[in-house]
Amino acid sequence: MGSRSSHAAKIPDVDSIRRETGFSQASLLRLYHRFRALDRTGKGYLSRLDLQQIEALAVNPLGDRIIDSFFPDGSLRLDFPGFVRVLAHFRPVDEEEDGNRDPKEPEPLNSRMNKLRFAFQLYDLDRDGKISRHEMLQVLRLMVGVQVTEEQLESIADRTVQEADEDGDGAVSFLEFTKSLEKMNIEQKMSIRILK
Amino acid sequence: MDGAELAGQVLYTWLTLVLGLILLPSAFGVSLGISEIYMKILVKTLEWATLRIETGVAKQSILKNSASVGIIQRDESPMEKGLSGLRGRDFELSDVFYFSKKGLEAIVEDEVTQRFSSEELVSWNLLTRTNVNFQYISPRLTMVWVLGVIVRYCVLLPLRLTLAFIGISLFVIGTTLVGQLPRSSLKNLLSEVVHLTCCRICVRALSGTIHYHNRQYRPQKGGICVANHTSPIDVLILTTDGCYTMVGQVHGGLMGIIQRAMVKACPHVWFERSEMKDRHLVIKRLKEHIAHKKELPILIFPEGTCINNTSVMMFKKGSFEIGGTIHPVAIKYNPQFGDAFWNSSKYNMVSYLLRVMTSWAIVCDVWYMPPMTREEGEDAVQFANRVKSAIAVQGGLTELPWDGGLKRAKVKDTFKEEQQKNYSKMIVGNGSLESELD
Repeated sequence: MGSRSSHAAKIPDVDSIRRETGFSQASLLRLYHRFRALDRTGKGYLSRLDLQQIEALAVNPLGDRIIDSFFPDGSLRLDFPGFVRVLAHFRPVDEEEDGNRDPKEPEPLNSRMNKLRFAFQLYDLDRDGKISRHEMLQVLRLMVGVQVTEEQLESIADRTVQEADEDGDGAVSFLEFTKSLEKMNIEQKMSIRILK
Repeated sequence: MDGAELAGQVLYTWLTLVLGLILLPSAFGVSLGISEIYMKILVKTLEWATLRIETGVAKQSILKNSASVGIIQRDESPMEKGLSGLRGRDFELSDVFYFSKKGLEAIVEDEVTQRFSSEELVSWNLLTRTNVNFQYISPRLTMVWVLGVIVRYCVLLPLRLTLAFIGISLFVIGTTLVGQLPRSSLKNLLSEVVHLTCCRICVRALSGTIHYHNRQYRPQKGGICVANHTSPIDVLILTTDGCYTMVGQVHGGLMGIIQRAMVKACPHVWFERSEMKDRHLVIKRLKEHIAHKKELPILIFPEGTCINNTSVMMFKKGSFEIGGTIHPVAIKYNPQFGDAFWNSSKYNMVSYLLRVMTSWAIVCDVWYMPPMTREEGEDAVQFANRVKSAIAVQGGLTELPWDGGLKRAKVKDTFKEEQQKNYSKMIVGNGSLESELD
């Protein structure tokens, strides 16, 4: 009959997920309910189709790229830890937590670097660590649809790559990407705050 | 011997009671007031339970049940504001942040998915199935809950099953008998009597309490009745107050038997599955049906699927292309007494009906609304939206532009194209590309 209890004990491996992502118990519970709600047929994992059926995501010009980021390495099943790991990139940065961090531990998923890495791989279609001009064109095409001509799009792509490219290899590497965005307030632009 | 006799006696008294107290009054459309007494007791019990839970909650701290508040902090600024960067307004590498944030927000919470699960209650109504966040409060409450379980499963359920069985059998027999008569006004009258009696019995089988408002606007002959869809019970609720022509697919099994029986007594419009796909054929047949203005009004649910009764989704334009007068009807269920929403991906028809029969009751309001016709220069889509807004306002439901049938299909590209257009205007419409100096 499906009576939902408020116990986080239902989530498998909840402690390790909490440590890895930094989400609070309450947030994890909400995300778990959301995961279950998206899994309409009750398989226990999410497929691409489950995400594609979210209408507000399907009309997003970068919807397909975002869905791709949940299914790395061609996998077809998204389990709850994987789901939360991607969402953790968008956790707002907590200054206090940042100060207390143990430098020996791996960087938290919602650090500035990791947020930038997430944005970078939305562009980097073949995951080779560089955004080529061709990849830039393809992502631009996704964002504008049929509204812009090929020439206009090519000049935009050329300009963007030229501006960011420092070593002149005709592609934007991750370091060049971060450098061109160093003044940007990434934390605020890529954060989703989950209300208690 | 004694055991069998005793069982026989019990069954006999049971059936006589049912006949006398429920069936006969239904046939004459008279109410003995038993349901009203039941509802009064129920309301008092639930109020008492709510008070107990609230006082219990004050002592402990529980997660706030935010049924209507969103779970993430939303920044609803339009695309222009969300994208403005440090420089002018050409394409920037950072533009991707805006879209990815919006996309992730949609993954965490969207308007539509929540409409396909049952509405969350503000306070518990003593049914396990609605127990979301409510914890153990006191032994007295638990006892009342146990009593409730016994009453629902051991007293109400058998009663309701008996009634449903009798109702459906009478319906099939009645319509078959009436179907033997030649077409005449007597046949129509008898068919109405059979329909109404059996529907009333079936509504009692669900302990349904229905309030009809504005009965002066009841759909007239030759019109089309349009309503929001929450469950198959909607049909029952509307036909208790008047006869309609049904439109739909031919089913197999029990539904098929009922459909074939209905068609004998009065003309309904049933389509084969293959015919349903041909929109023009469907519209043609319906047009023919209302052309005479003498036939019973057609009943259509333009959403095409069951929604959870908190919102109204896109009305498919097909029903609004037929022409004729549209009579909108708004149906709103009260979730406190029983959840009428049919989540077809989670429950099949039989488990759904069992769930409904083991709830307290089905309480709903039906508002008949003044008829609407398509205005000059208005196309079917605009007309459909106009009717949808009227129904949403009347029933107190939210209005959503999305297509409810989407759980089975893909979203139309037009919505995505709008976003792409907006974005393109911003990065190209500036004209700063041409004039840039190297």
